[in-house]
Amino acid sequence: MPRLNSVQQLEEYRAFLSSRASHRPCLTVCAGSGCTAAGAHDVLDALRKEIRKQKVDDEIELKSTGCHGFCERGPLMIIWPDGTFYNRVTTANAAEIVRSVRDGKGAVEKLLYKDPVTGQRVQKEDEVPFYARQKRILFGNNGRIDPQAIEDYIAVGGYCGLAKVLSEFQPEQVIENVTRSGLRGRGGAGFPTGVKWSICRKYAQTKGGECYLICNADEGDPGAFMDRSLLEGNPHSVIEGMIIGSFAIGAKEGYVYVRAEYPLAVEHLGVAIGQAEQSGILGDNILGSGHSFRIQIVQGAGAFVCGEETALIASVEGRVGEPHPRPPYPAQQGLWRKPTVINNVKTWASVPVIINRGADWYASIGTEKSKGTMVFSLVGKINNTGLVEVPMGISLREMIYDIGGGIPDGKQLKAIQIGGPSGGCIPADLIDLPVDYEQLTKAGSMMGSGGMVVMDETTCMVDVARYFMEFLADESCGQCFPCREGTQQMHNILTGICEGRGTDSDLERLEDLGWMMRETSLCGLGQTAANPVLTTLRYFRNEYLEHIRNETCPAKVCRKLIIYEIDPTLCNGCGACVKVCAGQAILGEKDQPHQINSAKCTKCGACLEVCQPKAVLVS
Amino acid sequence: MPVTETDEVKELLTQFGKRRSSLIAVLQEVQRTHRYLPQPTLRRISQQLEIPLPEIYHVATFYNCFSLEPVGRHVVQVCMGTACHVRGAPKVLDRLLTDLKLPKLGTTPDAQFTLRTVRCVGCCGLAPVVRVDDHTHPNMSQPKVKGMIRKYAARPETANAVPAHK
Repeated sequence: MPRLNSVQQLEEYRAFLSSRASHRPCLTVCAGSGCTAAGAHDVLDALRKEIRKQKVDDEIELKSTGCHGFCERGPLMIIWPDGTFYNRVTTANAAEIVRSVRDGKGAVEKLLYKDPVTGQRVQKEDEVPFYARQKRILFGNNGRIDPQAIEDYIAVGGYCGLAKVLSEFQPEQVIENVTRSGLRGRGGAGFPTGVKWSICRKYAQTKGGECYLICNADEGDPGAFMDRSLLEGNPHSVIEGMIIGSFAIGAKEGYVYVRAEYPLAVEHLGVAIGQAEQSGILGDNILGSGHSFRIQIVQGAGAFVCGEETALIASVEGRVGEPHPRPPYPAQQGLWRKPTVINNVKTWASVPVIINRGADWYASIGTEKSKGTMVFSLVGKINNTGLVEVPMGISLREMIYDIGGGIPDGKQLKAIQIGGPSGGCIPADLIDLPVDYEQLTKAGSMMGSGGMVVMDETTCMVDVARYFMEFLADESCGQCFPCREGTQQMHNILTGICEGRGTDSDLERLEDLGWMMRETSLCGLGQTAANPVLTTLRYFRNEYLEHIRNETCPAKVCRKLIIYEIDPTLCNGCGACVKVCAGQAILGEKDQPHQINSAKCTKCGACLEVCQPKAVLVS
Repeated sequence: MPVTETDEVKELLTQFGKRRSSLIAVLQEVQRTHRYLPQPTLRRISQQLEIPLPEIYHVATFYNCFSLEPVGRHVVQVCMGTACHVRGAPKVLDRLLTDLKLPKLGTTPDAQFTLRTVRCVGCCGLAPVVRVDDHTHPNMSQPKVKGMIRKYAARPETANAVPAHK
């Protein structure tokens, strides 16, 4: 990697990389966290061995890439240049794959994705229904590039946006473009990015010029993993966005605050920063422009509240992550008391796209007030789990049924939880709701950072509310009274309802507490903490009343309210349940119907999971 | 402890810089090496960085990734993210408690396993997941727990794991 001293040298290097780009086939294997857990590294090893064994080292390239999004079907593979897409690849397929590429034979039929509706196999990624409705402007390159090779990023047009900014733009023009694009903060609150930048620039100029820039990669929202996948799969896109931002606001130093629970993201980002520095794209006198900017990685230490910007700043300064009241906003007074721009990973990664393809192009995607694309992690009770990038304004129905492939096992959709612990549960009958900032807020939820957890009839909404409140009570920093005590009290009440000890007046108390916390808490965590409870009360009040008045849990989740039994007419006496029973509560002779001793039953449900003839009943 | 804490702390402060803002990074490094924060080391950090010990404990107890207790040979972390929750993580956790004969989260008496929960490891597409040391086990279920534990109990230690201190 040569050191590049000007924009022109960068362009020449890009031209060199494209001319060098071989036309030999390249096997790319997704090595994102999902595919890795599914065995992607074993597949990579097997392919490497097979390439050597078949003596095609010079003819076939092998590469590991970042997350492609379709985690459900991992490990995933794409064969370039023709784009053949394989799913659920195993080590046993390695020989056949290499042979088919070597001999130029057609695709390995059995590894192609089979459309569950038509039963047809499809060859390309874009033909898979999961991908067909997406618009992947941030994640599109994840399946193409090796995240640890800056050459790959440059070859697909990386750092073009930076080059354009350094050679053609004044800082104000950058801000003007970002403002015009309509880009809003992808961390959840949706504040206009360009406005934030211009406030910071203004304050920095009146206070001597010093200011900072932070990338918020403290993806604490349980059920969301897109920031992780972007940092793991395409770290240079985030770095490029940050450098452009630093040029716009005049910052010399920036930080990426990333969760320590994401070791691979930390590693890839570290490698990418090193490579960018070596090549003259980051550091002193970037591409000979006179602009200097450095990036440091700060690892989070596991505190949800640190996703809140003022708490995050405290944590970067080495203190406990306790938020402070705003104003002053960080853009006015942030890190080390200097003006600071904090944006989410996806916001930063959107910046180069906006500069490259133009603010007007970006603004043409989405709805009136929500522009561009949003990345969701589509998880829970849904067939196609994974990461999806869609234009703003897409309906929940398209997300769940067209992209997500519907609910497994023929069950009914019940609710969609959006926005994590700060968001809310949207009921199935609002499925035609368009997804944008305003519509979600109106429905009582919020965009959040993009976690979308699908729930079916076997999910208890009271239990979900209790789950979030337990999480928030634990993660509340404890500084302000409304949040510290409010979350605890709500958790106590919800636990009581789940255990059949609830009363009608509990519901009013929950609502009162919720409104009190919203109005009086110090930071966003407390102000939004009641959302999961308030939305479930608004849309699923009857389910609460079932728990309270009839002491039943319609979804059969709340343990104190359910009983496990064995239907003697269905039980074949195989004994599988006896082996897994946690409480040794199941008795019966071999090949004879068994019984559950309800006094010993811990209601773990293991018998239900293993019973072949489906003889275990829950009531 | 084989290495004296003084050297360790001094080395870390050279690496991260002898300033207040290095505190969390230094603690993370100590946690990584010892897999918990030994009290003598915290005292040294306090002296070297001139931060009162109570403040160090404030930070050490505020963040989830720090442990003041030694941990077992294998750390079992059950992901309690939303996706894992709706797909049955609480049941997997209960089964781990039963099979490890633990009354609550913590370390087994033979110091083989430490059972913890973690907020979200970002493998929501494979929920529910359990992470043992550095390995993520996807699509967990109660019947799979016993076999998983047995596999690790047979292994004396993971390559990069440091044995627990008694």
